[in-house]
Formats: sequence, structure tokens, C-alpha cells
Amino acid sequence: MIGDAISHAVLPGIAIAYWLSQSRASIWMFLGAASVGVLATVLIELLRKRLKVQSDASIGMTFTTLFAIGVVMITFWSDSVDLDQECVLYGEIAYVPFDVWMFHGQNMGPTALWASGILLLSILVYLFFGYKGLKMTSFNEDYAAVLGIGVGAWNLSLMSMVSLTTVVSFESVGAILVVALLVAPAATAYLLVEKLGAMLLLSAGFALIGSLGGYTLSKVFETSIAGTIASTLGAVFLLVLIGKTAVSKQTNTYGLEGEGV
Amino acid sequence: MDKSIEVHNLTVSYHSKPVLWDVDFTLPKGKIIGIVGPNGSGKTTMLKTIMGLLDADSGYTEIFGQPLDKVRERVSYVPQRESVDWDFPADVMDVVLMGRYRKNNLFKRITKEDRRIATEALEKVNLLEFAHRQISQLSGGQQQRVFIARSLAQQADIYLMDEPFVGVDAATEDAILKLLRDMKNEGKTVVIVHHDLQTANEYFDWIVLLNTRLVAAGPKEEVFTKELLQEAYGGRLTVLSKLGDIIGSTEFPLREPEFKEDKAEE
Repeated sequence: MIGDAISHAVLPGIAIAYWLSQSRASIWMFLGAASVGVLATVLIELLRKRLKVQSDASIGMTFTTLFAIGVVMITFWSDSVDLDQECVLYGEIAYVPFDVWMFHGQNMGPTALWASGILLLSILVYLFFGYKGLKMTSFNEDYAAVLGIGVGAWNLSLMSMVSLTTVVSFESVGAILVVALLVAPAATAYLLVEKLGAMLLLSAGFALIGSLGGYTLSKVFETSIAGTIASTLGAVFLLVLIGKTAVSKQTNTYGLEGEGV
Repeated sequence: MDKSIEVHNLTVSYHSKPVLWDVDFTLPKGKIIGIVGPNGSGKTTMLKTIMGLLDADSGYTEIFGQPLDKVRERVSYVPQRESVDWDFPADVMDVVLMGRYRKNNLFKRITKEDRRIATEALEKVNLLEFAHRQISQLSGGQQQRVFIARSLAQQADIYLMDEPFVGVDAATEDAILKLLRDMKNEGKTVVIVHHDLQTANEYFDWIVLLNTRLVAAGPKEEVFTKELLQEAYGGRLTVLSKLGDIIGSTEFPLREPEFKEDKAEE
């Protein structure tokens, strides 16, 4: 649940960035959040590897502590910092079109669109070159290490990418709902396919269905956009799960073996 | 003697408690070697230190007379089956192909040659028909054989296996044993961490008897004696009571007739 951890842990980074720059320019926010995100990763690894704290405990400790520090910072500086806690936690995708990127006096479109686009491109490049390394180190770290593969570097790069993704995304959907986008599509895809490559493609598909469907629903019912998207993702997961269970039950009733299907 | 692994005055600790204390031995090439000892005697720690996964407090290890970094490609590791998450989205072939991954081909595509070698390795462990089975749907014995196939695909000269016989069915046990003997006949060296005294004598040519300190290391005829086993397992009464059975009993299915004769002379 490292994505969950990082999305919460970056809060003090945002607070410090606001306090230092006294501006809400997303570049500062982004830098602050990204650096704390990487710091959180390093802390988790440090607790786990060097101090031999259990993996779930080290993740839990790191993100709750950092998140709490962030909350304290925001309330402590609430006089001097114009930072809306709600906005950090929940985000507001409806404001995205108003924050446009002006380049030489020309309106280039929403900043968030550019940021997400660049992020998408870097993730694709990272996946293309890192596929084997990521697969190997996430399945069996020790085995990779024995082959002389730099396990630490792979871990750090993966966590930094998760951290970047989280930071870029939560500007629009907030720190809490970004977890839905990180986890739900992949979990749904894993119900249906068993190979890593297929899982990656399918989760992108589910994310798209969730986002488009959620956005449409939110327009119809006039509800929070991010909230409706996350709920849609959850509903899709549930539907697929029920469908899968029904199918496997049916197969069993007819006396076919569940395995090998 | 042609040397495979050398361990020199090795001390390793965990939470500042020594797990291995001043252990020193040299292993031959082309043998099936067992690292044997009671629970908590440092067997797995020994293996992980040789593989560079744990740092030694003092002392050092060498493989084929060189530090590990120089010979990594010739060394293959079979970790404990429980050490990975078998729900990982991969099929059998995916895992075996990982045996072809190297530091310098990590950014390159998998080649036809890699696939051919992986297929051959799967054939050797009798899992070819399961090549496209999701790994979470395998039995414990099959998972163990997948790990061994991955290791074979690496085409190394020395194999270090951590408890490959734990929780496997009889068919897998036989398959692994046969495979080990084939590997030995090809001149490969196999080092196995093993906790079961009952079978140790049957499986291995050489035995390293460990209990934090080194108790003995040598050909099994020299190491598998009542005195040395008592020294390694001393105080553990349940084991001690079994010792007589293991050593003296003719009911124990010994496959090597020459070993029986040795014992009869004692």
C-alpha cells in the first residue's frame, strides 16, 4: 500500500512549499510534495531494511507520522498560509480548466493537462525500459540481488514514480481519492487476467471507464466529480467481482474443475 | 581438492546477536553438499551471506577462488519457496525466464534463445505442460520445481538452494533428487540447506554440520557420526533419542550400500 502511504505522506511537503514560497504556484507545491514523497520512500526502506521493522509497520508509521506533521503544519500556519486543507485532501477537478498555462501570452490550455500528459509519457518510457527490471525486483528481490541487479535503485525509481504520479494527480482529485485511482483499476484487472502485461493494459482501460463514467454521472447528479469517479471505480470492481464469482460457481455446479479454466 | 566455496572465519549477527560464529570451511567442486543443523543454527544465514544478501561482521567468503562479484553469472540461488508472493501476476514461463535476466540485458527484449533455454529447463523439472499456468495455481512441489527450473535456466556452475525439500510431495522429492544427481554428473556443484537429519545422509555426498559454530565439514562418512551429531544437536532430547535409529538402524532405507558397511564396522 505504498501509494496510499505516499499520497498522505506528501502533505508536509506541500505545507512547507507554501510557507517558503508564499505562493500557490503548482511548481513549488509539486517540488515540495515530490521531495517529501521520495523522502518517505527512503524512510520506509530504511526502517524495513536497516532497522528490521516489519514492512507494514514501517509503511504505517512513516505515512501517518508525516501526514500528521502536515496537518499540524497547516493549522499552525493557518494565519500566514492561505492553504485550504479540504482542497489538499479532496482536490477539486472542476477548477482545473481555470488554471491555464500562459506561454508568450498564448493560452496553452489547462496546466494540469500538460502536467498529466508529460507524466503519462514518462511513465510509458519508464515502463518500456524498466519492464523486466521492475517485474524481477518486485517478484523476487533476493534473486535479483544475487544476479547483481541494483535492487535498491529499482525500488527507489519505482517509488519515486509512484510519488510523482500521486503528486501530479492529487492536484485535481486530492490526496485521498488518488488512492482509488492507484489501486482500484489494477485490483479490478487482476480479477480477470493473470499476466503482468495484460494487467497493465486492462487497468488502464478500467481507469478510463471509471473516469469517463464517473464524470458523466457527476454531471447528471450534480455531485463531486472526484468522489463520483472513485465510487464508479469501486462499483466496477464490485461488479467484476460478482460476475467472476457467479461464473466460477456455475462452472463448479456443472462439475467442471475450477482450476485450469 | 578443487574448491567451490571457501568460507573464512565468518561471523554474522542479527540484532547484535551472533548467528554464525567464526565459521571456516572449504567445499569441493562437483558434489551435492548439505548444510545441516538444528533450527536457528544459522543455515539460511550462511547461504545468504555467501550470496551477498547479508553482510558479515568479520571474515569473508569466496566462490571459485574469487569474490562473488566476479563470478555472479556462474552462481545461482534458489530461495525458500515461502520468500515470495505467489499471487504475483505471472505464469510459469515468466518466472523461469527470469533466470535469463542479467544485469546487462535488463533493458533488452527476451530472445528466442532465452525461450529455448527456459523451455529446456521446464522440461527437466517435468513442468513443460504447465508453462502457461498462473503461478498461484501450482502446488507447493510444483512451485519448488519452478524455482529450480529458473535456476537451471541461468546455466550456472554452482547452485545454492534453501530448503528445497520442505513441503513438497514425494514425486517432487524424487524429481529433485534425480535432477541433483544429473547436475552432479555434469560437474555442477549443488549446496543445499537442509534441516531433516533423517534424509540428509541419503541425499548428500558432503555435509557441513552447523550450530552457530561449525561442528564439522567433510565427506558424510566422516561427519555423520553419533559424536558429531550429538555435538550439533546436543541437549535436544527428542532428536537425541532418534539419533540411535538414524545411525544404527538397518531399517532406515540407505541407498548407498558402502555407507552401511562403514557403519557396521563401528
